[in-house]
Amino acid sequence: MDLDALTGCLASSACLVTQTTSGFIIGMLLFLVAVGLTLIFGVLKVVNFSHGAFYMFGAYFAMTAYQYTGSFALAMLCGAAGTAILGLIFERVFMSRVYGADVLMQLLVCYAFVLIFDDVVRMIWGPEFKSMGMPAAFQVVPLFIAGGVVPPYYLLLIGVALAAAVVLGLGLARTKIGKVIRAAAHNPGMVSALGINTGLIYGGVFALGGMLAGLAGALAAPVRSLTPGMGFSVLIESFIVTVIGGMGSILGALIGAILIGMIRSFGSLGFPLFTEGLMYLFMVIVLVSRPTGLFGKEVA
Amino acid sequence: MTRTRKPGVSRRATLAMMGAGAVTFATPWVARAQAKTIKVGMPTILSGRVAQLGTSSRNAVMLEVEKVNAAGGLAGRQIEMVIRDSKGQPQEAARVARELVNTDGCELLIDAEASSGAFAVHEVARDLGVLCIHTNSETSALTADPKQHIPNAFRTARQGVHDSIVGGSYAAAISKGKGLKKWATCAPDYAYGRDTTGEFVTYLKRFAPDVEIISESWPKLFQPDYTEVVTKILQAKPQALYSCLWGGDLTSYIDQANIYALFNQMEVFAVNMADYTALTVVKNLPKGIHSGNRYIKTYPATAENAAWGDAYKAKYNEYPTNWSWENATAIMLLAEASKKANSADGKKIAEAMRGLKIKSPFGADGTVTMRAEDQTLVGYAIGWGTTIPQEPYVPQVQAGDWKTIFELEAEWKKSKGYA
Repeated sequence: MDLDALTGCLASSACLVTQTTSGFIIGMLLFLVAVGLTLIFGVLKVVNFSHGAFYMFGAYFAMTAYQYTGSFALAMLCGAAGTAILGLIFERVFMSRVYGADVLMQLLVCYAFVLIFDDVVRMIWGPEFKSMGMPAAFQVVPLFIAGGVVPPYYLLLIGVALAAAVVLGLGLARTKIGKVIRAAAHNPGMVSALGINTGLIYGGVFALGGMLAGLAGALAAPVRSLTPGMGFSVLIESFIVTVIGGMGSILGALIGAILIGMIRSFGSLGFPLFTEGLMYLFMVIVLVSRPTGLFGKEVA
Repeated sequence: MTRTRKPGVSRRATLAMMGAGAVTFATPWVARAQAKTIKVGMPTILSGRVAQLGTSSRNAVMLEVEKVNAAGGLAGRQIEMVIRDSKGQPQEAARVARELVNTDGCELLIDAEASSGAFAVHEVARDLGVLCIHTNSETSALTADPKQHIPNAFRTARQGVHDSIVGGSYAAAISKGKGLKKWATCAPDYAYGRDTTGEFVTYLKRFAPDVEIISESWPKLFQPDYTEVVTKILQAKPQALYSCLWGGDLTSYIDQANIYALFNQMEVFAVNMADYTALTVVKNLPKGIHSGNRYIKTYPATAENAAWGDAYKAKYNEYPTNWSWENATAIMLLAEASKKANSADGKKIAEAMRGLKIKSPFGADGTVTMRAEDQTLVGYAIGWGTTIPQEPYVPQVQAGDWKTIFELEAEWKKSKGYA
């Protein structure tokens, strides 16, 4: 424990800026993965354990597109669009068959695909780790804000993730499709009786969830090494985020992810040997005080 | 009348057997050549996160075995490699090793496991008495600790304590020259990371006593994001940073530290940087990272080493790794020891191998020696240098001094109660 370092940091604007942005960076990537997870659970009532694979595919798709085109924007687009299509196919062909089945069955199908997807990546891209490399436009000196260090690429990353959160939140609350999705989550039988194709909605939501995870992977690709199985470590933290925020809540995922980011960022200063533990401890405290998570709704 | 086949051996089969017998007697080398094959078992990691290293071990072994077989094999017996995947799990490595000897009839073992698996295979070798060469475990205790010693086990890998002595003295010299007194460390949080960092710091402080460690970071092994570690180090404002992160973890760390311009703000010493697996993957490799040599074809700067690296690349379309040279050395030593003993018998080879000095592209002076007292490799090329973003990646390597290594290693052994 190094409380001096933590209090010292809280008293210095430079340290505060650097660590706060660092917390946002960790949090916003986690949010993109976790929000897909929570969305799929909220509407489809399925805990998608293979969600990390979409993060992995997003990164690999982006890297390949970047290698061929040299365009960062196209790389991001390919990462997101590729995983959306993959999500749609995965949901229609496999997941749709286990809706309403035993949770264990759903878990087994997802876990089987974790292994299959890892092997597919191994076959296509090889078992060794890869790196996409930072696009030239972002290979610039970091910004200094109030003495704190902020890399421009991370500002973009936070911006994209925040934009996704706003579009998603508004889309679900204000648009007609959003209302239908919320209705389908609440009472799919009634939605279906009104002549709306629920299969299409389910497929669409799964594709959207996959796309968000893929976007996270694509955004992470320039700064993280790509390896088969890379989705797993992100998945565990995403679960912590959804449990803290409340399963099915988008605002919960956002707040949960930022909280986890801040715990990691400031925890590494004050509790360098207990940063991981701190995350789990926080989850336990939330679960004990609010079993459905910070923004989760009571199950009727 | 219909003809029915009677039970028993048919006339055609009898003729075929007689024919085969005649051929065998007329050409006895066919039968003898099969009996003369010597099977060498090799458990290694061919799947999972470090599969690339296991594959590079297999590649190097096959490259050398081809040469030995072309030159007549081990005392006239052709080598047949039996290579199995341990998945990097110690219990699986032990099971595979036992099976290779008991079921597949392997007479020798090349243990190409990481440290955790190597100790498990070591116990199998102790139990079965089969000649075993550990090729990848760098944990010093495997051969330094007398409790581990068995006459039939050898090691051709570099050793952690050797690396720390050379790294510590190199870093101390630069520290003194540039006045680097405040240091930070960042290493993966498991046995290798903790031990290696501890030993490095010990020797750094021994050679430069006024060095102070002001910040330590212990990220998880295979952690995807290092942002909080990078910013923590930036806050501490050290003058120098030591890291023994490796593989994909090291390349992630470099990419993430790069956008914080960390490499402009301190001298960075990353012992595992100068390996092609990392050097060729990082797209924006910063100039001037200090690193120990793992395997690079330009150090030792000899024609033999360059030719070996190129031959490997020509055959497998990628550069060798640190594990490659360590495995190639095992086969080279086996071949020479067998020649000296004029036998392919494990016990005789072991006897011949103790204290054996052979010519090697990886030797500091063109030779490497299997030290008799603890049956581990010494005299291999060991040094530190700074990186550049393109080939040859580490243009100038400052060689470690084996005389100093031996002195300090003896002292270290005493302090550990090993000698």
